[in-house]
Amino acid sequence: MPDTVYELFKNLGVWLTSGEQWSGADGIAHRLAEHLQYSLLATLIAAVIGLPLGLLIGHTGRGAFVAINLASFGRALPTVGLVVLVFLASGLSMWPVYVALVALAVPAIVTNTYAGMTAVDPDVKDAARGQGMRAHQVLFQVELPLALPLIMTGLRLALIQVVATATIAAYVSFGGLGRYVFDGLAQRDLVQVLGGAVLVALVAVVLDLALSGLQRALFLPHSRLRSSGGTPTRPA
Amino acid sequence: MIQFEAVHKRFPNGTTAVHDLTLEMPEGGVTVLVGSSGCGKTTTLRMINRMVEPTSGTIRVGGKDVLAQDAAELRRSIGYVIQQAGLFPHRTVLDNIATVPLLLGWGRRRARARAAELLETVGLAADTGKRFPHQLSGGQQQRVGVARALAADPPVLLMDEPFGAVDPVVRTQLQDELLRLQKELSKTIVFVTHDIDEAVRLGDRIAIFRTGGHLVQCAPPAELLASPADDFVTDFLGSERELKLLSLTSLKDVPQTRATPLRADEPVSAVSGDGGRWRLVTSAAGRPLGWLDTDALPATGTAGEAPLTPARALRDTDSLLSALNETIASPSGCVARVDADGAVTGVTAREEIHARAAAAHAAAGAGAARTADATRTAHAESPSFATTATPTERPA
Repeated sequence: MPDTVYELFKNLGVWLTSGEQWSGADGIAHRLAEHLQYSLLATLIAAVIGLPLGLLIGHTGRGAFVAINLASFGRALPTVGLVVLVFLASGLSMWPVYVALVALAVPAIVTNTYAGMTAVDPDVKDAARGQGMRAHQVLFQVELPLALPLIMTGLRLALIQVVATATIAAYVSFGGLGRYVFDGLAQRDLVQVLGGAVLVALVAVVLDLALSGLQRALFLPHSRLRSSGGTPTRPA
Repeated sequence: MIQFEAVHKRFPNGTTAVHDLTLEMPEGGVTVLVGSSGCGKTTTLRMINRMVEPTSGTIRVGGKDVLAQDAAELRRSIGYVIQQAGLFPHRTVLDNIATVPLLLGWGRRRARARAAELLETVGLAADTGKRFPHQLSGGQQQRVGVARALAADPPVLLMDEPFGAVDPVVRTQLQDELLRLQKELSKTIVFVTHDIDEAVRLGDRIAIFRTGGHLVQCAPPAELLASPADDFVTDFLGSERELKLLSLTSLKDVPQTRATPLRADEPVSAVSGDGGRWRLVTSAAGRPLGWLDTDALPATGTAGEAPLTPARALRDTDSLLSALNETIASPSGCVARVDADGAVTGVTAREEIHARAAAAHAAAGAGAARTADATRTAHAESPSFATTATPTERPA
């Protein structure tokens, strides 16, 4: 048994590193590009839908049940089922994949955006209004900047989920890293299945790290000031 | 001037926050709205800048009906300070202060310059401007809140329990600062608090509210303390009402007798008991050091080296209340009086201070009696509440 596991990982190493595996239409580089394209586009569409929705619900305080129910909806949604459903309705196209991925990403974005908006101190919003800010000024100058960390978390979460789930594109005969998983399963090629899975996991981790790095860079001025010279020198 | 005319506020849940309020808040004066929680004082304040809309009635600021104006523009023309300051945590102190000028389209450079000027006005160091609110103490944040409200130089300032969340020492400092600022700026200030002492300290006029949004009495502090309109006001002012009244009278007109203080470097052997048992000892600069007991003089040494009972010297600007307080502590029964530099000018005896305190009280009572008729007419509409009112919550 240890021998077969060792063998498996050795073969996986060879599979991942061999030059020919990386080139060509079925090569890792191409599949990786496809996978990223699906994931980023789906997340972008989801953000275009989810951000305004979350901001609107958070700002007005109306329709909070939408945001709350979306979260459980997102968790309960059978992604593959949705792909098949839209596939049957629309025929062979990328539509089913994008619909499923967007449906997966929107709840995470909406609920986190909403959570970020409600976490803004009501006193601060009251003060903003009291200084004479109009509704849109309160939203864009006060609420949005203060909710941004949680909004970013929502986007990260959505992207990771989408990256992991974009393998289903292969299920309806399209590309992406899911190709290796489904082809490997069909060909009983365990190394290929494992290779695809490892690559998907790697992409998810790398993207998450990149985004959290970006997030930290965005808020660096704030956090740097927070860590240095933050002690009040005068009592009043 | 701010005028309330038959203003009612009923919230959608059916509670009446403000009941038939007719009130004038004079130009350039501090009107303090005071009362226990839920008495409608904050709602009254927030109706002035339309943070709350009245159900009926008219509110005019500077003669103009607030409801006829655009809410956002109205708010930009009125300074607004709230408890906990409500500063924008993502903006620097300078940008916080520049909020209204920027909304008014002043341009960044001019708004920043104005903000920097205001930092100094409210007594903050220039480098505070680059910091973020969470890096400041509670008192500093509150100063920034005041600076932000003053940024566009509005004629009216609304302050909703602005010093409620800071410790008593800082609160006193902030109150002093506000009085100093007000002397310079002469804004029309509406100030909400539940602390009657704060109200007496800051107010030119005090409006007392009772639960249910009824205005019970509105009068200058001395008049309010000397002749409360009813039992509710009497209860609210507390058992030290007469002492609070003394805090409003300064020592300026209280006569002092010439003192013959001992210099600290005089040897005790030269001290005689002729000047009474207790002699005041001063430093070379004339500052009071304490009282020397001539009945228990040490054998040798100077007056400054002998054991002294501390004396708290009083300036002309100090109140009769602090003088009365000092007569209790002073072993001689006299209080030491000093000039603005802290040098002894004379002493005033306990009896004199007591007599003055009684006179001040009588004068306030007489002053109140003259306006009492007018006051009674104003409150004749709700006399039945006056005697039966039992406040459910006492001011902290």
